[in-house]
Order: sequence, then C-alpha cells, then structure tokens
Amino acid sequence: MADQPTALERFVQGILPENPVYRQLLGMCPTLAVTNGMKPAMTMACSVAFVLLCANIVTSLIRGLLKPHLRIVVFTLTIATFVTIADRVLAAYLYQMSKTLGPYIPLIIVNCLIICRCEVCASKQNVFTAASDAVGQSIGFGLALASIAMVRELLGTGGLFGIAILPTAWPDWVIMVLPPGAFITLGLLLGCVNWLEMRRS
Amino acid sequence: MSEKNEISGQGLGSDIAIHVAPSPHLSDQTFTTRRMMTDVLIGLLPLVVMSVYVFRMFAVTQLVICVLACMASEFVFVKMRSKPVTLNDFSAVVTGVILALSLPGTAPWYVGVLASVIAIGIGKVIFGGLGMNIFNPAMVGRAFVMIAFASAMGASAYINADGGVDAMSMATPLTAFKQSGVATSILDLFVGVTNGSLGETSAFACLLGGGYLLYRRTASWEIPAGILSTVIVLSAWADMSGGFGGGFVLHQLFGGALLFGTFFIATDPVSSPVTPKGKWIFGIGAGALIMVIRLFSGYPEGVMFAVLLMNAMTPLINRWTIPKPTGVA
Repeated sequence: MADQPTALERFVQGILPENPVYRQLLGMCPTLAVTNGMKPAMTMACSVAFVLLCANIVTSLIRGLLKPHLRIVVFTLTIATFVTIADRVLAAYLYQMSKTLGPYIPLIIVNCLIICRCEVCASKQNVFTAASDAVGQSIGFGLALASIAMVRELLGTGGLFGIAILPTAWPDWVIMVLPPGAFITLGLLLGCVNWLEMRRS
Repeated sequence: MSEKNEISGQGLGSDIAIHVAPSPHLSDQTFTTRRMMTDVLIGLLPLVVMSVYVFRMFAVTQLVICVLACMASEFVFVKMRSKPVTLNDFSAVVTGVILALSLPGTAPWYVGVLASVIAIGIGKVIFGGLGMNIFNPAMVGRAFVMIAFASAMGASAYINADGGVDAMSMATPLTAFKQSGVATSILDLFVGVTNGSLGETSAFACLLGGGYLLYRRTASWEIPAGILSTVIVLSAWADMSGGFGGGFVLHQLFGGALLFGTFFIATDPVSSPVTPKGKWIFGIGAGALIMVIRLFSGYPEGVMFAVLLMNAMTPLINRWTIPKPTGVA
C-alpha cells in the first residue's frame, strides 16, 4: 500500500507528533494510576513496550489470516497472551513492584493504545514497520509517563526513583502522589503541550 | 469592567447612537464587581479585627502572606493569558483575605503561598478568570494545601502552646467535641476567644459582617437561610436522638467555620446557582453535607468540602431551576 507511512515515519510519529498520551490521549488509566513515582511508571512503560512490540509483531505476521469481523478478538487474545507473560515475569522477579502495580499490569490488556496500534498499523503493514511503530509508540508512552511521574514524585516526596533530591526542608506535597495530583499534573502538562504546539504553528 | 453604556443623542450635531443590548437592562450602573468586592471586604472587616485581636501576629502574618501572594499570582497568571490585568477589581484581595481567614494561624508561610497560587491559578484563571470558575477559588486553594500538608492543616496543627496566644493552647471547639465530647461554652464561641481557623472563631463578627452583606444585597439571603435552617434541623435531630442534652444546636451553629463559610464562601455569586429556588437547593444541600461530615466523618469540620461539592452541583441545579417563561405551559 503506497499511502501508508514508512517504518521511519511510524517510528518518529510515535515519539512526539502522535504521542500516545499527549496527542492521542490513549492509555489514560495507567497514565493516571501509576505515575505517583518514577519506579512504577518506568516498570509500566517497559511492560507496555514489551506487550506492544510482541503484539504488533504477531499481529503483523498473521495479518493475512485476519477476518474483519473477528480481528478485535484476535488482537485482544494476542495482547492477553503477552500481558500474562509480563505479569508472571514481574511477579517472579520483581515481586514488590508487582504488588505495587496491582491490577494495572493485567489491565494492559484493555489499554487502547495497544489495540489502536494493532488496528492502525500492524494489521496492515509488514513486520518491520509494525515493530518500529511499536518501538516509537513505546518511547512516546515512556516519555509521557516519565514527565508526569517526575513532576509528581519530585513535588510529592522531594526525590526521584526513591532517592532524595530536594533538601530535607522541602515540605512534601502529599496531594501530588494521590489521585488529585495525577489529574492536575496531566491537565497542566497537556495544556503546556498544546500551548507549545500552538506557538510552533 | 464593561464600558459605560453610550447615552443616546448627546447633542444636536452628533450622530444619534442608540444603545441596543439584550436584557437585563440594568439601571444601577454602580453595581459593579469592584463595588461588590469592596462590600465583601467591609463585611470581612469585623472578622479581620477579631482574628488579629485573638491570634495577634499569627493572623497578621497569614493575612499579609495570602493577600500579597494572591495579588502576585493574579498578576502573573493573567499576564500569562495575555489579558488585561484585573487587580483593581479587588477580587484577588477578597480571595486572599478569605483564604487567610480559613487557615490556621500556625500554618507555615509556604502553605499560604501555595494555597494562594493554586486558588488563583488553578481555581480561577485556568477556567477563564473571574466569573468563569466553577469552584470557589479560596476553597480550591485551601483544599489543595489541606490534602498536601495534612500535618500543617490537621486538627493538631491548630494547637501551639508556645506562641504566646491563649486561644491556641487548646483544641478547636469541634475537635474537642468530636474527640473527647467536651463542649465549649456558647458565650466563648459567640465572642470568639477560642482556637480555630483565623476568621471562624467569632460567631458575633461573622453575623455582623454577614448581616452587612445581606443588607447591601451583595450576598443573597437564600443560601445562608438554607444552610442555617438545615443545620439547625439536623443538629436538633442529632441532639434529640444522641442525648447530647441540649446546647448542641447552638454549639454546632456557632462553632467551627459554619457562619464564616455560610456568609462569605457559600454565597460566592460565581460558583452558586442563579435562581432563588436554586439557591435554596444549594443552601439545603450544603447544610446537609456539613452536618453529615461533622457527625459521621473523620474530619471535625465539613464546610469546605460541603461548599466544594455543592459548587460541583451548581450547573446541574441551574439547569433544574430554569424559570418557565410566562405564558408557556
């Protein structure tokens, strides 16, 4: 298909121009729920990257076999397979983190970001393009989670990755690591991104 | 503020300008935002005097911090939106004073500053400035710092035995009542020589200032009437069923931030309903929430959360209570 973006375009678009969080507003549930610290946010970003890459590759490999009316079921089952793998691996090797993230790892199954990439890219393009699309989108997702988690953890606990950065006199803004902080931070950062976009054009 | 209406037909030689505008055709040109805000400041005066009398330097410091921080944030945020600076309508000053009066005197300086920035920035300007905000700005700021700095804003933060202020050596009336069942004398609550947030202690000052606002019609009477009657009914009910042995109604009425919130926070014309019926619903809802939070939750006081929750209901209440045009079935 001539009108489909190339592998490089797919890769670049995922990072900023079509950033999953800031431009497509997909995957809001983990974005809000696990960004209270850099550690859980990065674990989530890596899990999503793993699932997205594997799901995109498998979907692209079987794209000739997909029936239009069954494709969503096939996507979901493919994704669920890899989410289960990710969930079990985390539980085996990072037990505490697995406890912290709780239901949000299994919930990657219903993360619209992954189904969207399977539908938009992997089910129509070759394996290489699908893989570079997955990597680009994963980087974009990881950067978005990192930006939110950085603001929240720094203001909320005075540190990053659990290491104190700000002076001990810093009064922790407890609200920032609670759900209201997630909504306020996401809203303000979204506003900033839109403002920058407006200034650029 | 809006330009003065052009007067039609200013002279024989001039072009006749006819002013065409949709109703309401306001005849009182003096009823401006600035006048309303000045009224509120005058109404707040007894509370400010009382807080300075009871809490001394604690009150002065908190007031100065909050007012300055609110004005600075208003200036900065409005500049960021490249809108004309609206400092001279006094709304930022009012937010600052109300915010300061709702904080404990012991709160460190950054609490007041952060609350002011959040109140003006996130509570007001982000929504489009004065008149567009859905929540009361001062209460947005206070709720933020209350959750952010629970230790600096919680019940124990009000007690400061070394500050040289007598009132601050005891627990706040509602906390004492909730935790140990100790009732404060009604006279103390009425005069205001008790511990509490800076502006809330004196029922007398609140009634005086609130009465002035009602007299000037800057605040509508329906909301205070709704809140106070609901609180009286519910606390009388709790008194009869809980065996508090009388005095409970007045204790609930004069204690805590009820009167302060009723007259100065719930009546905010921007974030409360516009129709009289809607104002009654707003008042009754707020009064009921206050009593539910006071009686059944972990917090000793619920005025802030009650007002914020009812602010969120305001668009719905407005939709419910659209008056029917005359002649339409």
